[in-house]
Amino acid sequence: MGSKKQTLTGARILWECLEREGVKTVFGYPGGAILPAYDALQHSSIRHILVRHEQGATHMADGYARATGSVGVAVATSGPGATNMVTGIATAMMDSSPILCITGQVGSKLLGSDAFQETDITGVTLPITKHNYLVTRPDDIAPAVREALYVAKSGRPGPVLIDITKDAQQGTCELDFEGAAPKMRGYRPDLSPASDAYDKALAMIAAAKKPVILAGHGIAVSGAEREVQAFAERACIPVAMTLLGLGHLPASHVLNMGMMGMHGEAWVNKAIQEADLLLALGMRFDDRVTGNLKSYAPNAKKIHIDIDPAEINKNVKVDLALVGDLRKILLELLPRVAPASRSEWIERIHELKGDTAVRDIQNLPDNGHLYAAHVINDLWHETRGRDAIVVTDVGQHQMWEAQYYKHENPRSLITSGGLGTMGFALPAAIGAKVARPDADVWVVAGDGGFQMTMAEMATIVQENLKVNIAIINNGFLGMVRQWQEFFYERNYEATPLLNPNFAMLAQAYGIKSEVVKHRGDVVPAVRAARAHEGPALIDFQVEQEDTVYPMVAAGAALHDMIRRPSPIVETAEDE
Amino acid sequence: MLHTFVVYVENKPGVLSRVVSLFRRRAFNIDSLTVGRTEKDDVSRMTIVTEADPDQARRIVANIYKLVNVLLVDDITGQPALLRDLSLIKVGATQETRSQVLDLANVFKARVLDIATESITVEMTGGEEKVDRFLELLNPYGLLEVVRTGVVAMRRGAKSPTVGSKAELTPASAEESDSVSHSV
Repeated sequence: MGSKKQTLTGARILWECLEREGVKTVFGYPGGAILPAYDALQHSSIRHILVRHEQGATHMADGYARATGSVGVAVATSGPGATNMVTGIATAMMDSSPILCITGQVGSKLLGSDAFQETDITGVTLPITKHNYLVTRPDDIAPAVREALYVAKSGRPGPVLIDITKDAQQGTCELDFEGAAPKMRGYRPDLSPASDAYDKALAMIAAAKKPVILAGHGIAVSGAEREVQAFAERACIPVAMTLLGLGHLPASHVLNMGMMGMHGEAWVNKAIQEADLLLALGMRFDDRVTGNLKSYAPNAKKIHIDIDPAEINKNVKVDLALVGDLRKILLELLPRVAPASRSEWIERIHELKGDTAVRDIQNLPDNGHLYAAHVINDLWHETRGRDAIVVTDVGQHQMWEAQYYKHENPRSLITSGGLGTMGFALPAAIGAKVARPDADVWVVAGDGGFQMTMAEMATIVQENLKVNIAIINNGFLGMVRQWQEFFYERNYEATPLLNPNFAMLAQAYGIKSEVVKHRGDVVPAVRAARAHEGPALIDFQVEQEDTVYPMVAAGAALHDMIRRPSPIVETAEDE
Repeated sequence: MLHTFVVYVENKPGVLSRVVSLFRRRAFNIDSLTVGRTEKDDVSRMTIVTEADPDQARRIVANIYKLVNVLLVDDITGQPALLRDLSLIKVGATQETRSQVLDLANVFKARVLDIATESITVEMTGGEEKVDRFLELLNPYGLLEVVRTGVVAMRRGAKSPTVGSKAELTPASAEESDSVSHSV
């Protein structure tokens, strides 16, 4: 199609604009108010993936976005279709994931009349979108779509929603694609720090004896993986990762200490508490990584590099902030940062490390039971070195994955961090597989969260997607049970689950399945699943009352960790 | 400490609710908020008065800027500025007290809008503190009804912010906001 202006329906303009903006796939579910758009899909080359619930569509768009960095697109009808998207939108908002949600809306003349399937979805999603639009005229569709995609992806990314009335989809107008380019007067995503901030940062880094880099999700958003590694190496600064930072520096890298925070490695948290300088890169000092703020890194000066000025001094007061694109800022700093060796500090960190990095998995009793840690460890061994993406749900298995799956590559772990959305894994994995069809995509989900969105197994089969599913099945809402064990006197109220037979359920959907109860069967099952042409599900029936160690209790100081009882090894670091 | 922000926004549907929603969501307290048209058709202007420490004020500015339709945020706290609040005040006034009330109105340059057998209604424009003092003095006569618009504000002098330009994101510094003056 040339640049000649054409008269088209709003519905066709919608797809035409998405297509010209490079959108290849959308995840959606039809309904009355979005039917004109669905009818117009026949004229578009965009692939539509039919989901089983609109929440799934949003998580798929999210998984697609996280696997690639491109905007994921979800489509739903008005009313219940739109409200079903809310959880997925909030998930994307908390983790700065660029998704575009398109919802149908009742005719513009019916707006505000409580018409059938009318919901004020722009009102509902106002606090959980980066921006949203209510479009009532066909002429406004092209500008809204182009602006929405730009807003979703630029600056600190986030979800954007466009609500399009039925008559705007049906009406016609001339499409002026070029003329619809974003013209935004107030929006300024391209910030850069004051020039003297670089000198201050360099001086603080040069003066530091015990610096630690805190590496977050912003590294991937900015595409700064190589720069972070080069910077850490040149200045010789150990790196602690947030959950969403995992993979952005190879786990095997000598300076990569591992995950910090509530279920981070004890020695990583201790290193942070001892540090004299924290260099926070694209992370936001979430309460899950800081523990009690009053006792957080008391000896450390803090430098915060982030694209969002509203994150500066929100949770942790910092001494210096550099607001802007992380990669650009690091490229400025890199040639000027003084090479260092910091051998004393590196030695001290090795001392802190002791045996703690491996003791958890070593200390699991050999009682014939299967432990989730073993499952994750073996899954990692079997899939490492391949282009594997692990997509987790939320809970104990998520933390075990973060601890025992050693991520070497960026965008190889997709997980709901900020919102902690159970039910995220399966649909997000579908989005990741669609985005990267050659990747070895694994769902790692608990038996609780999996049941929240397991209807999407039908989507996998209908769309012929090779997604592998590992259920870490302990018959409990495990993380809640763990909190009940620690903080509610083992009153296991509403956490035991009577589960369906997941293997039979998978078969009913046409998915190959297997049950694994012993450690020796883990590797063969993983291999069989990988070798199978279609999707496969493995029900790993693991120890029921296992606990994620170490743990910083909510509100406790970061170094005050509950450790796995250790009958085998006692070290100086044990409290 | 009370902070006064002048916020220029694109004149589009829903912008007010976006700003208000932000204050609610981030648990920032609004003392008063006014919104109205400006010399430009496509720009609306809000004056927001809120209780905040300097650090909170900085975060408020940063958060308001995250709203896509916001053009410029000007923290005029402690700056030479005109701040005005318009009030309609209905006060009890009998034959005996009427002249006292009128005297007070006169001193405070309040405009008398209506005199009835039992009441007087005046219009009062001024800085918030002036209105507060006036209300305090009228209180013994019986305040029957009071309505206040909330503060509208404008910097003094010829310089006005150029709306729509790439504005500096540096919010008012802590030193500046120590010396606040809310009346003129």
